[in-house]
Amino acid sequence: MEVVNIENVTRVYRVGKVETQALRGVNLTIASGEFTALVGPSGSGKTTLLQMIGCLDQPTSGLVVINGRDVTKLNRNQRADMRRGTIGFIFQFFALIPTLTASENVEMPLLLNGHSPSARHARVLELLKAVDLTDRANNRPDQLSGGEQQRVAVARALAPKPTLVLADEPTANLDTENGKQVMEIMERLNKETGTTFIFATHDPRVIQYAKRVVTLQDGLVVKDTGEKA
Amino acid sequence: MLQILKMAYRDLGRNRRRSFFSALAVGGGLALLILLASVVEGEMGGALENAIRLQSGHIQIRAASYDENKTSLKWEDLVPNPEEISTRIAAVDQVKAATPRLYATGFLSSGTQSAGAKITGIDPLSPASDPYREGVISGQYLSPEDRDAVLIGRPMAEKLNLKVGDNVGLSLNTADGNVQEQILTVKGIYTTNTYGFDSATVFLPLAKAQALTRTENHASTIFVLLDETSMTDTVAPALSVSSSLQVKTWKDLNTLFVEWEDLAQSYIGFLYLIILAISVSVIINTLIMSVYERTREIGILSAIGMRGGRILALFLAESSLLAIGGVIMGLIIGVLGTMYFNVNGFYVGNMGLSGIAITDTVYAKLTMENLINLTIMTFVATILAGLYPAIMASRMPPVEALRAEK
Ligand SMILES: Nc1ncnc2c1ncn2[C@@H]1O[C@H](COP(=O)(O)OP(=O)(O)O)[C@@H](O)[C@H]1O
Ligand SMILES: [Mg+2]
Repeated sequence: MEVVNIENVTRVYRVGKVETQALRGVNLTIASGEFTALVGPSGSGKTTLLQMIGCLDQPTSGLVVINGRDVTKLNRNQRADMRRGTIGFIFQFFALIPTLTASENVEMPLLLNGHSPSARHARVLELLKAVDLTDRANNRPDQLSGGEQQRVAVARALAPKPTLVLADEPTANLDTENGKQVMEIMERLNKETGTTFIFATHDPRVIQYAKRVVTLQDGLVVKDTGEKA
Repeated sequence: MLQILKMAYRDLGRNRRRSFFSALAVGGGLALLILLASVVEGEMGGALENAIRLQSGHIQIRAASYDENKTSLKWEDLVPNPEEISTRIAAVDQVKAATPRLYATGFLSSGTQSAGAKITGIDPLSPASDPYREGVISGQYLSPEDRDAVLIGRPMAEKLNLKVGDNVGLSLNTADGNVQEQILTVKGIYTTNTYGFDSATVFLPLAKAQALTRTENHASTIFVLLDETSMTDTVAPALSVSSSLQVKTWKDLNTLFVEWEDLAQSYIGFLYLIILAISVSVIINTLIMSVYERTREIGILSAIGMRGGRILALFLAESSLLAIGGVIMGLIIGVLGTMYFNVNGFYVGNMGLSGIAITDTVYAKLTMENLINLTIMTFVATILAGLYPAIMASRMPPVEALRAEK
């Protein structure tokens, strides 16, 4: 089953009179359960493509279909609803809410999805355990290390049981050891839950975890290894 | 919803100093509004009651042809047999006092100095004359039998350099249009703490005033005080007087004051707006700053699927909490401040409004109506101030927000 289907997607940024072609006609399909890396040099369009897939931004032209639904025609609220139910995000800069504790951060998407307090509580415990942060549940982000913060972000991304998790350079701000830990957790959760993962990176140590590597250059897919067994 | 409040509360706690000072801006504004309103209320109410007590009474009965501005002493412009009418009116329920008075214009002179005077013949024993008796600060009050005594105000005494026991020349117009002169003795000096009144009004016993002006058994007016100002509109129409007389109420007799009050009210409304505008701009500023600082956070919330409406609610919750905190502070400061000025009053001195009997000390008076209205007004203004920044936050595109990296 296809989770992502992208056809001829372009994205042009206009800053004043300057136009940047971030995507020049990308075609890509991602099947359910993939663990795929988007690689390519800085500025090749990885982030822009993830934003298209994540319904954070809309293409200048082309088609973006997520879970069989054309998302290019959705309005703001419909896109927010789409993200809330089906897509989890992990960002380079951890992106936690600074005023909330680790467990409250993980709980946030569940809250937005209207889960009951007891269901939320159980799910938060389960996820914190999965990322090995049970003892840090009540700490605020500024009391956590970078690796711990990124693991909280992973737990938060997976909390509402999304079909798709998008990670943009998830290890770029982590040392080797913490980067490895985060990648192993993502790999394990991909196997255990069947959640589709797409992560952008240009770190070779991260690329080796991928089962499929899609290479972008100047806004175009220039190489695709297909899925390895 | 509860969660949103919790988040809003923690967000405010993140920058405690700023939150405190913004709430204080709201509170300070409200406190100022409360104080201002109370002072105005105290002043207006006080000034009016003062003018009624000293000058106009609640009701006056005059000859139909009497013209206040001319202070006419012609018999046809005066009330004949005033004692008889006074006695009859004093018997009416709700009437505290009814007493004849005679007004004449003239001047007092001492040495080379002289000063214009409103000569007022009163019944010294009437309860309506109590404010003058109570105001005597040196010498003695008048008695009905006095024949060469005059009671003058402190500003007049200062101007003419007079002490109790000094002689003073009085010149005044008479009923037949002549000028009468007589030397009198200053029996007492009074103050009602109302400069405009004290500086011109001099008192004689009614009989003496009648003799000097040759008005015999006539008075300019029957001065009537009621138990309560609010009774005026029911008592006045019920007084039956002959068709040659007219009944005037304090509203007719204080037109200048009523106009002045209207003017003052619009001026004060303008001041309210300025104070509110200052509080509101502080709040808008704080919230806009807080939106910019949290651009990323708004992006995160949006990315994990928070709708614009909820983001709006989050920021509105923050401004509501600021509003509640501010209003509580404002109520405490404002009410305490008003209580202080309610007891101690503050001295405004001679405001230079001649013809209006304004006391020189104002006592703040807080009404429930003012308190509730101002509180609601401040609260609503603060919430409205939060609207623009909140809308700004809710419309922020998630991508822009996420790109605002550290
Ligand atoms: N918001 C934006 N405004 C203008 N140009 C942008 C914006 N976002 C990205 N770009 C440009 O688009 C191109 C692709 O950027 P990006 O998708 O961030 O690449 P990558 O993630 O692979 O580094 C770059 O040339 C970048 O400068
Ligand atoms: Mg990027």
